[in-house]
Amino acid sequence: MATSSESLPQDPASSRGQTRKGLTLSSFNWLGVLPFFLFALMFLILPTLTLMVGAFQDANGHFTLANIGKLFDSNILSAYQISIEVSAASALGGSVIGMLLALAAIQGGLPQWIRPTLMTFSGVASNFAGVPLSFAFLSTLGRMGLVTVLLRTYADIDLYGTGFTILSFLGLTLTYLYFQIPLMVLIVTPAIDGLRAEWREACESLGGSGFHYWWHIALPILWPSILGSALLLFANAFGAVATAYALTGSSLNIVPILLYAQIRGDVLHDQNLGYALALGMVVITGLSNAGYIWLRSRAERGRE
Amino acid sequence: MKTSRIGAWVAIAIGTLYFLLPLIATFEFSLKMNRDGYSFEAYKVVLSDPGFQATFGYSTLMALLTIIVGILLVVPTAYWIQLKLPRLRPVVEFITLMPLVIPAIVIVFGYLKLYNSSSWLPLTGNDRATDFLLMCSYVTLALPYLYRSIDTGLRAIDVRTLTEAAESLGASWPNILFKVIFPNVKSAILSGAFLTFAVVIGEFTMASLLGRPAFGPYLQLIGANRAYEPSALAIIAFLVTWASMGLIQVFARNARGTRKSA
Repeated sequence: MATSSESLPQDPASSRGQTRKGLTLSSFNWLGVLPFFLFALMFLILPTLTLMVGAFQDANGHFTLANIGKLFDSNILSAYQISIEVSAASALGGSVIGMLLALAAIQGGLPQWIRPTLMTFSGVASNFAGVPLSFAFLSTLGRMGLVTVLLRTYADIDLYGTGFTILSFLGLTLTYLYFQIPLMVLIVTPAIDGLRAEWREACESLGGSGFHYWWHIALPILWPSILGSALLLFANAFGAVATAYALTGSSLNIVPILLYAQIRGDVLHDQNLGYALALGMVVITGLSNAGYIWLRSRAERGRE
Repeated sequence: MKTSRIGAWVAIAIGTLYFLLPLIATFEFSLKMNRDGYSFEAYKVVLSDPGFQATFGYSTLMALLTIIVGILLVVPTAYWIQLKLPRLRPVVEFITLMPLVIPAIVIVFGYLKLYNSSSWLPLTGNDRATDFLLMCSYVTLALPYLYRSIDTGLRAIDVRTLTEAAESLGASWPNILFKVIFPNVKSAILSGAFLTFAVVIGEFTMASLLGRPAFGPYLQLIGANRAYEPSALAIIAFLVTWASMGLIQVFARNARGTRKSA
């Protein structure tokens, strides 16, 4: 990385006899990043800001808090609640299972090839979200899905007789885990790699058991990474539209699908309420990402 | 020690089961289109569907344009930040991570409010302009992946020395960028490009809400109306994702190999 002395813009060019260039640099420097900032402004920042503003306006453009108030209507509140529950369940499950998988592959004393295989597969599976993923789970746990049929034929278990359906809370969570677990594996691996063998040896030479090592040494070091990653997973699931929409259509009332329906056909009959819905999503994903960044910086400080 | 190894095997076995079962089930289901036994009929039907060819072609083209524009936007920016404006690095990093924080559906909702046909810049007014808007939305989605991989690539080389060497030989700025910097971060660019391809090719939310005939909305439509074709399409999509990720690994390994031998 560049040190601070290198970062002074006039320094290297002028000292090498290119004063003419060095003189015009200060104005020229900003031009170099102008396209990027223009692009970000037009296609990322302004579109988001305009929704944030719209959330606090009525149909005539006057300031109001009524839209925010309407977010607490029972229908919308329950959509947020189910969304948060599905995201939390898939984030919790994803981070615990992903953590265990990563631990098993890295520290479990398994053959060498397991780890790179898991990493490659995680790269693929964490990107295998959306519509095709919903097809895969319909073929697996749908009414005619392979697992459903196998269980009925060989184990005499009628999955759908127990009230299970892939279009439910549990079904959606199981589907989300397919990209949440691999994502966790990818994020948490560096943290697990940071656990030094000496710590374990020190613990063992002092007579500590495996439990002592995990409870008093490894977990206190890992927990900011684990919790932070869980927050990232939460935000990841909360914003997902395609998987849920292709899987359940509109039968499950979650926020991204409600917003999708609102954009397609104004189902809320109130454009500005739609903006407030979007604002609510950004607040929730923003908070969990802020938590992730804060916990990650803690974890990094702890490692130094 | 022995017990932990058994535990590790159990964890890997359960993980493998969970991750392979849906793939096996999907593949098995995709072969059942003909009543009298397994066949690749569903694949034949899908691949010869003009809708598949048109939407897959459209999304491939979109992905390529996204990659080109994304690279042209990100490489000079990351290079310039590294060379001249390191103080801006946190700002640029923050902006490139924003698409991971703001859900795609919110971003596209913002586009529809800002660029609708009665606005100051009616980008949703006609098909070509909407294509452009869709591509920009994909560049936005790809920003976190592209910037991270390219910035890492640039940090691994000595940008300052390379630039000064090129400058002292009289190279112009376009020459420095395209003939010196680009080739040196080629593998980083390629891995960002393949990741972008994997993200864009089946993207649903943006394309669907901007009303463009992309592969993602086509998948959804088939899923809602057909029985066996969706499974075949899911397998195809999985193979495309797998190929993109596999190519990243190949290029990363090559880059490491050349750097070691150099």
